[in-house]
Amino acid sequence: MRQTIRFYLGEDLCTFRDLSPTLTLLDWLRDRGRTGTKEGCNEGDCGACTVLVVRLEDGRLNWRAVNACIQFVSMLDGAQVFTIEDLGTADEPHPVQTAMVEQHGSQCGFCTPGFVMSMAAYRKTEGATANDQAIDDALAGNLCRCTGYAPIVRAMKQAMAAGPDRFDAQVEVIAGRLTALRDGESVRLEGPEGTLSIPASADDLAKILLADPEATIVAGATDVGLWVTKGMRRLKHVVPIGRVPGLRALSRTSKGLRIGAAVTYQDARPAIAELLPDAGEMIRRLGSTQVRNSATVCGNIANGSPIGDGPPMFIAANATLHLRRGAERRSIALEDYFIAYGKQDRQPGEFVEALTVPEPEPGAQFRAYKISKRFDQDISAVLGAFMIETDDQNRITVVRLAYGGMAATPKRASGAEAALMGRVWDKDALAAARAAILEDFAPLTDMRASAWYRQTVAANLLTRFFEETTGGGQARLARTGGLAHV
Amino acid sequence: MSDLVPGAASTSMKHESALLHVTGRAAYIDDLPEPRGTLHLVPGLSTKAHARIVSMDLDAVRPAPGVVCVLTAADVPGENQISPVHREDEPLLATDRVHFWGQTMFAVVATSRQAARQAVRLAKIDYEEKPAILNIAQARENGSPMVWRSLTMQRGDVERGLKAAPRRLSGQIEIGGQEHFYLEGQAALAQPGEAGEMRVWSSTQHPSETQHLVAAVLGRPHHLVTTEVRRMGGAFGGKETQANAWACLAAIAADRTGQAVKARLDRDDDMMATGKRHDFLIDYDVGFTDEGDILAVDMVLAARCGWAADLSGPVTDRALFHADNAYFYPDVRLKSEPLRTNTQSNTAYRGFGGPQGIVAAERVIEEVAFATGLDPVAVRLRNVYGTGTRNLTPYHMTVEDSITAEILTKLVGRCDYQARKAEIRAFNLTSRIIRRGIALTPVKFGISFTATHYNQAGALVHVYTDGSVQVNHGGTEMGQGLHTKMVQIVLREFGLTADRVRITATTTGKVPNTSATAASSGADLNGMAVLDAVRKIKGRMITFATEKWGVAAEDIHFRPDGVHVGAEAMTFQQLAWQAYFARVSLSSNGFYKTPKISWNPETGRGRPFFYFAYGAACAEVSVDLLTGEHSIDRVDILHDAGQSLNPAIDIGQIEGGFVQGAGWLTTEELVWDGAGRLRTHAPSTYKIPACSDRPRIFNVELLENAPNREETIFRSKAVGEPPFVHGVAVLQAISDAIASLDDYRTCPKLDAPATPERVLKTLMALREKAG
Repeated sequence: MRQTIRFYLGEDLCTFRDLSPTLTLLDWLRDRGRTGTKEGCNEGDCGACTVLVVRLEDGRLNWRAVNACIQFVSMLDGAQVFTIEDLGTADEPHPVQTAMVEQHGSQCGFCTPGFVMSMAAYRKTEGATANDQAIDDALAGNLCRCTGYAPIVRAMKQAMAAGPDRFDAQVEVIAGRLTALRDGESVRLEGPEGTLSIPASADDLAKILLADPEATIVAGATDVGLWVTKGMRRLKHVVPIGRVPGLRALSRTSKGLRIGAAVTYQDARPAIAELLPDAGEMIRRLGSTQVRNSATVCGNIANGSPIGDGPPMFIAANATLHLRRGAERRSIALEDYFIAYGKQDRQPGEFVEALTVPEPEPGAQFRAYKISKRFDQDISAVLGAFMIETDDQNRITVVRLAYGGMAATPKRASGAEAALMGRVWDKDALAAARAAILEDFAPLTDMRASAWYRQTVAANLLTRFFEETTGGGQARLARTGGLAHV
Repeated sequence: MSDLVPGAASTSMKHESALLHVTGRAAYIDDLPEPRGTLHLVPGLSTKAHARIVSMDLDAVRPAPGVVCVLTAADVPGENQISPVHREDEPLLATDRVHFWGQTMFAVVATSRQAARQAVRLAKIDYEEKPAILNIAQARENGSPMVWRSLTMQRGDVERGLKAAPRRLSGQIEIGGQEHFYLEGQAALAQPGEAGEMRVWSSTQHPSETQHLVAAVLGRPHHLVTTEVRRMGGAFGGKETQANAWACLAAIAADRTGQAVKARLDRDDDMMATGKRHDFLIDYDVGFTDEGDILAVDMVLAARCGWAADLSGPVTDRALFHADNAYFYPDVRLKSEPLRTNTQSNTAYRGFGGPQGIVAAERVIEEVAFATGLDPVAVRLRNVYGTGTRNLTPYHMTVEDSITAEILTKLVGRCDYQARKAEIRAFNLTSRIIRRGIALTPVKFGISFTATHYNQAGALVHVYTDGSVQVNHGGTEMGQGLHTKMVQIVLREFGLTADRVRITATTTGKVPNTSATAASSGADLNGMAVLDAVRKIKGRMITFATEKWGVAAEDIHFRPDGVHVGAEAMTFQQLAWQAYFARVSLSSNGFYKTPKISWNPETGRGRPFFYFAYGAACAEVSVDLLTGEHSIDRVDILHDAGQSLNPAIDIGQIEGGFVQGAGWLTTEELVWDGAGRLRTHAPSTYKIPACSDRPRIFNVELLENAPNREETIFRSKAVGEPPFVHGVAVLQAISDAIASLDDYRTCPKLDAPATPERVLKTLMALREKAG
């Protein structure tokens, strides 16, 4: 058991023996005089606080942009953090900085350090291209109110064509440092502002939670972070699980894709996309690059939000949730986990260990549609995720229609499903399902949409699904991704 | 311009702080090193929209960890009033009533911001709720008073004109408000000095007003207060008056504790407490001919102003000034209704009411186009202001340089409007789920403060003995590149390179009695003041040189390679040193006031604007008929910046202004609940455009060979606000796409913001009508 937290900030090794478990990286950086990292919203939505976190994973360095405002310092054990101050100077600018100056990419300059960090991180992303959509995805988490983004995208393209940066020469040094920080130890810090336990394994985690069922599990902190920065909650015992080896596994089993509790959306996306292309497309719009770099698939489920985008998709895909309490394990259908608003089927001391998404049957058709005011990085007004299988007479043999934003929990449209089951997938069936769905839900009116809109769109998404699964021509805007149908 | 140094005014130069921005070294208020013992202030906001305060129990707040003191109205040493227009309707801290959900009632001062934020939550307030008036409809129903006088502009006889017109229609358009969402929230740092001095660093567009109000709340003369701002992290009008409260609170706390005090708002508090762009409900009645000629326009423009006057008077006035956009209305009557409501006090926002008036003008054009079956661009061209005739505005100012037709025609050609429109129409005939639309709209925007006395500026320039130059002026830098342009003026006049000229923070100690940096006028006003200061120094140097070397003044030239004195050449530094040695003053102030302007709101007549800036935009969109989602596929803009002071910066203003304007009319929706609580108070719920919302094809050009016909700074034109209006093309393009559902027979009457929900509702109504 180690009683310190260790990570690098730039070139400096930082060691903490006493640390508030919920001290945010942003507050800590700014208190240290690293004021280049800005606070724009303190909730992970604007990207002005973007920093670069480097970790050694599977023998290689991963460079990730994250929002410092909702990242706890206690989650950084074993990492190396770079802020704008580490990137370059006026005399020796990073290629991204040069490009931003030459392309007039800054106006007021306040969002600029965050953009520069996201852009520097993007250059380090495997498979990064200068393609417009890829750049949009990389920068969706950075808001700029001045430039209209055009010069920033031009700068990103220029920087993609530029030569190596100072980090390229340091790969081995950084890898060496981070290897040296690895000791496989669990960590426990007790201080006046709370206790921090970092388990070294899933077994460790199980023990910690049995001993203290009130402890707060933190995976990516994209939700828990807001409890602290906006809800002003004090958490007595925080258990970061983001680095627990056993929970970081992503594996293909005979039952499908098993996603460990600590697997981020970013890491899970390629495998999910392979299984369900449309889910991969939807995840592209879930949060932002910074959010997906931190947020986990299982955390999105565990917190029980009625508007999380993951749950309806995985319910439609008939996923199974694996829970564990001490040595006891159980698996339930994902949809059964959500009991009521704020109430999930999770016992004290129990935790989500993994999610298994089954491989769709040959011929099964899956689609996911996200509806929000803004295309990128917005919480859905409605999310519809549908799976359908038909027999050789085009009769529906399996149908799963799941929605987010329509009820107090992510929920299946049981009436609409019943209206479809066993029928030929034709216009009459669609009409029946559309009629039935109006009875399935009584959604709320709120700042995202009215009940009327949610109802209407819930039905219209079935129409889209019908069009797209019966070859009815282009059924969505080109910008909604690579699956636009003609 | 071949003899200009690199970066001189009228050429492109990078933002003077660009390298600081990109390296994170540009300091904003919260980045300044904190004086020893700096305390932190957090406001306590009301949680009722309208109520009498029965009691405010702060007993649990005071002993909370880290709390140093708690301020209430009773703790204000001077006046508890911060109305920027001296209406006495805006207490800094609430006294017996709260007038909106988010009003500041008290403030906690603590050793850390975190401690202050925690302690604020411990207050126990007992309210007696009163009926709240939340929107324009409720204000009208309940006869809510206006926060400012209603203004009427008229010319001709509108009643007669409407009656005589062969065709007539009327309608209503609803136009939503807009949160500024400056990335840097409101912030101020106050440091007490000796003998009652107070130094305030404030993220303010209006340092003089901040200074005056800090002095007023402290009960001190202006000369004891100095306000300073190096740069803001965005402002857009949101820091013209709305920065004052936080500077005043910090100053009161600093005065009371003897310590420096910083107030930096949390984003949610910022959005709950500060005013926004006014939303409008505009009724129009228009008479026209079958040929699309507008004969008479009668409009009532009602605005939700919020709980206090703030700048709502001039904002609603400016909505009237622009309700003609670029069009001549033979008979016209325009009337404003600035309505008081129990919501945030709406304020300046880029365009200052003008964009709302223009949206209404363009709706009228659209209505006439649908009614007559003409192309909207054809209707626009028929109705634009003429030259010589048909050139008198509703406020009786003659439009002397109408170039709208020229710009519209050029853009129609350059963006291939007609062919693309035909192609889109053909596409829509067979596309069942996706429909496309296109629109091309002009802007004409009046430049000058309509409050005439604001049209003045000062500057202070020092030449040091090493030939380096320091420039100061009354304008503030919020990202628009004002400081860059001011440096460029000095470069051009003295023939210097950028490393020899340093612009300093804006401070009331160097240039007093300044105007807000607003109304797009920053470069126009301060540029001329800087030029005046520079030319005074230059004149003295020339006089000195003529005397010393016996050379005629016209043979002395400040060139990139040095100062030429007859056949001699010397460096600027050598000349400065020689002049200093001969006891010549190398420092000067500068001053400017805009000529020709006047405005009388009593008569509704005058020449409020020195000149107009023009432009046009063409937007193409796709709309999803199942959900109302849409995308901006292509935008072409041609914009008139006169002889641009800095083409790169001006294009940046146009691109950024367009995206901000398009955001206002599409994704940005402010939602209050039935209790008057703003539910969109953070970026999680209030959606400004993100990177992918910019048009994928985005062509922006400056109008060529178009020097300002008025004598402005190097014949440039103001560029801050006018391009914001180009977003209107997006609203109309979405409307055009929807109109395909009824084969373009019916004006869809799409209101703003055109969120997916509003688009879906509008298109379903039209589809029902089409049957």
